Amino acid sequence: AENEPSWGTPCTELLVSISTPGCDGFPSLDSKESYKLSISKGSILLSAEAIWGALRGLETFSQLVGRDENGTYYINETEIVDFPRFPHRGLLLDTSRHYLPLRAILETLDVMAYNKFNVFHWHIVDDPSFPYESSTFPELSKKGAFNAMTHVYTASDVRTVIEHARLRGIRVIAEFDTPGHTLSWGPGAPGLLTPCYMGKDPSGTYGPINPIPNSTYQFVTSLFQEISTVFPDFFLHLGGDEVDFTCWKSNPEIRAFMKKMGFGENYKKLESLYIQRLLDVVSSLGKGYIVWQEVFDNDVKLRPDTIIHVWKENAMQYVKEMANVTRAGYHALLSAPWYLNRISYGQDWMEAYKVEPLNFEGVPEQKALVMGGEACMWGEYVDVTNLTPRLW
Amino acid sequence: GRRIMGRAMGLAGLLLGLVLVPAVLVSTSLRHGAPRTEGEAEPSGWELAMDAIPEDSLWPLPQWVRTNPRQLQLAPSRFQLVHGAGSSAGPGCGLLQDAFRRYYEYMFGHSRRRRRGRRPLAARAEPELLQLQVVVEAEDPGCDRHPLLTSSEAYHLTVTEPVAVLKAYEVWGALRGLETFSQLVHEDDYGSFLVNESEINDFPRFAHRGVLLDTSRHYLPLKSILTNLDAMAFNKFNVLHWHIVDDQSFPYQSICFPELSDKGAYSSNLIYTPTDVRLVIEYARLRGIRVIPEFDTPGHTQSWGKGQKDLLTPCYNEEQPTGSFGPVNPILNTTYDFMTKFFKEISTVFPDAYIHLGGDEVDFSCWKSNPRVKEFMKKQGFGSDYAKLESYYVQNILDIVSSYNKGQIVWQEVFDHKAQLKPDTAVQVWMASNYAHELSSVTGAGFTAVLSAPWYLDYISYGQDWKKYYSVEPLNFPGSEKQKKLLIGGEACLWGEFVDATNLTPRLWPRASAVGERLWSSRNVTNLQDAYKRLTNHRCRML
Repeated sequence: AENEPSWGTPCTELLVSISTPGCDGFPSLDSKESYKLSISKGSILLSAEAIWGALRGLETFSQLVGRDENGTYYINETEIVDFPRFPHRGLLLDTSRHYLPLRAILETLDVMAYNKFNVFHWHIVDDPSFPYESSTFPELSKKGAFNAMTHVYTASDVRTVIEHARLRGIRVIAEFDTPGHTLSWGPGAPGLLTPCYMGKDPSGTYGPINPIPNSTYQFVTSLFQEISTVFPDFFLHLGGDEVDFTCWKSNPEIRAFMKKMGFGENYKKLESLYIQRLLDVVSSLGKGYIVWQEVFDNDVKLRPDTIIHVWKENAMQYVKEMANVTRAGYHALLSAPWYLNRISYGQDWMEAYKVEPLNFEGVPEQKALVMGGEACMWGEYVDVTNLTPRLW
Repeated sequence: GRRIMGRAMGLAGLLLGLVLVPAVLVSTSLRHGAPRTEGEAEPSGWELAMDAIPEDSLWPLPQWVRTNPRQLQLAPSRFQLVHGAGSSAGPGCGLLQDAFRRYYEYMFGHSRRRRRGRRPLAARAEPELLQLQVVVEAEDPGCDRHPLLTSSEAYHLTVTEPVAVLKAYEVWGALRGLETFSQLVHEDDYGSFLVNESEINDFPRFAHRGVLLDTSRHYLPLKSILTNLDAMAFNKFNVLHWHIVDDQSFPYQSICFPELSDKGAYSSNLIYTPTDVRLVIEYARLRGIRVIPEFDTPGHTQSWGKGQKDLLTPCYNEEQPTGSFGPVNPILNTTYDFMTKFFKEISTVFPDAYIHLGGDEVDFSCWKSNPRVKEFMKKQGFGSDYAKLESYYVQNILDIVSSYNKGQIVWQEVFDHKAQLKPDTAVQVWMASNYAHELSSVTGAGFTAVLSAPWYLDYISYGQDWKKYYSVEPLNFPGSEKQKKLLIGGEACLWGEFVDATNLTPRLWPRASAVGERLWSSRNVTNLQDAYKRLTNHRCRML
């Protein structure tokens, strides 16, 4: 037909050129994801400093390829220079409130790659269930999973997730949230959680991890030793959010301990004590850590390279928090305006899109401490039947 | 009222009696895992052997239920759903034959134990339930008919050894009873199929219990619609309100006017052929679901104009046509010629006694801009009251549709703008603000009403919003007993602006289940904790 464009020389190859070798490693916070794409007559060239940039460039290339009504694939002459604004672009999945079968996680990783996400924040255990099969403490999932035969992640499952992610340039950061959010740990680790009291007698219910006995720290050390080996990323997410002090307050041993330590009625100090010891354990294992903002808010002594995860949202309070965290010299991750589990009617993607992470009061050095952010899909109302359309 | 059943307390005292349920955590065979409090005492041997309270699984809750701790077991290889002696329906009743197979599959299908097992019957203490006999009582059971607003959906179910009996006046009640029976059958921890001795007497509170699907904002593939009909049947819904065309697209392939979908559908493969439509209607019929099509005019018709020249009103800017179009042009004879032919086809294609004619959200601005329309207004003496023009149009359509012996349903604006309705025109109340008042007005004027206003399920929000839908009491409006009888039911609406096949099912279900129970069950079934328990079980079963 007359109006058909004259197709240029058919392109037969996309040449990928990478300057720094290394295909077998894991992506990290410092990975270079920049790439250049040059599409011209007779030549398609994708060049990147590292393989991670090549992955990003391949995704972009695939988005440029079009198809006309006759079925011919084509691509326009194009020049692209690209790199990410933020190095930490994450997605949180919660596999404790509802178990997510392996295929759901792998499918999510695929879609993350389409969108150039590079961190999978695996909030793997929490109050409702413990699906992580630990080799050191098999009882944790045996007693704590929704169903120990079917609703668990075996070591092989975890390896599959990590490798599937790696092949897409996605880091897997596991979160074993303590000392709160740990009810499911109790059945498999007797003595770990604080027994709550009703007056002088145990009430039969349990609270956060008991921060007093040595056995707690022995347990934590062994568990995190295993986790540090299983998950290759430099960072672990240690949680530390929403620690409810009521159970601690009710427990006479804890009250006695508080007195002995001179903490008065300030249970934040007790929380700090636990967290500090946990951070020491994790540091000695050669890992860095990310913690939820309460750890910072409650004045826990942190290492300078701690990353604070800002999540609380109530009338833009997160803006102030970002300023406070970075002013104190810590790195920050933003999630507060991106709690995608909080659905609402209409085109709510626009609200998420309009967020400007650096819109807070601070000097450039502070702004440089913002590593990026994470969209969170908490699992209270999410399982495999609705995860994908709710998230994407 | 509903009587509460008891739990097995021991070997003695297995009377068809009434014992109050102790407040004990019940672990059903559908849920996995144990309560998670550390150190809780292991359940006693007796509790482990006990099965779920059967009522924990019924949705919607029947009008009258009595269950007994005594259980019967079912062997998939031997159990049969059959026509009972004296039933007016027999093997020639395709609808029931199909239902028997379907419900057998729902109950035993996922189990691989359909072949003869090796364990002798004597190994279990429970007697065996060999059959469910279905007895339809009316002389004309309705096997080959389409369901009506006036169809009987009542049934009486007696589950006792050796044979359970499901009595219904018409096949529609038999379908409802089969669904309930399938909800009573449960698997224990050892994989045995059990059912408690029970007696159920049931019928719907409201006769019109619908779900609206919108296939114009987004095309819905046939599979989506059929899956949805299955889900509707699980929840005893009996009306599919098919909002088939609208502004955005016209997927209905018309035999008389093929250009409508040729030019108006999103694309040539995103249409519903006559075969597709027949499939939907029959699939629905086999589940006791009426299909009421909505061809919404005079507004919401942009897509009609693509394939039918001069149907829509050309809008003007001063004296010049702007090139854009508004609602259907109410002043041309050609409009009514078209509508006469079009609705003749619709009346033939869709067997239900009713057609929904829409009539909502008519924007008058285009009419007001058109000089010919303005002339007409003058000639008719309508002044500047364009609601009168709308009513003039609507009345003509009502006459046309009436002449084909179809009843009509319209959105509330048609009533609000004072069009002259036929005595049996139903009015669908959808505007959320002060809908109770609207119900009073509509029923006060003697028209039947269908309630949708509080049940716009496309309006999603975070958390357990099913509770909000469940807590609606449709008859909470000022009016006499006579008026209240005119509220024939309601519809959960899932408008399609943000819905397509990728998210329809999880968005609609199980939220619509809340509406389903509200429309079927008795007015006093309102306890949210009990509903939560039953709904979570029901939802897992629907998966």
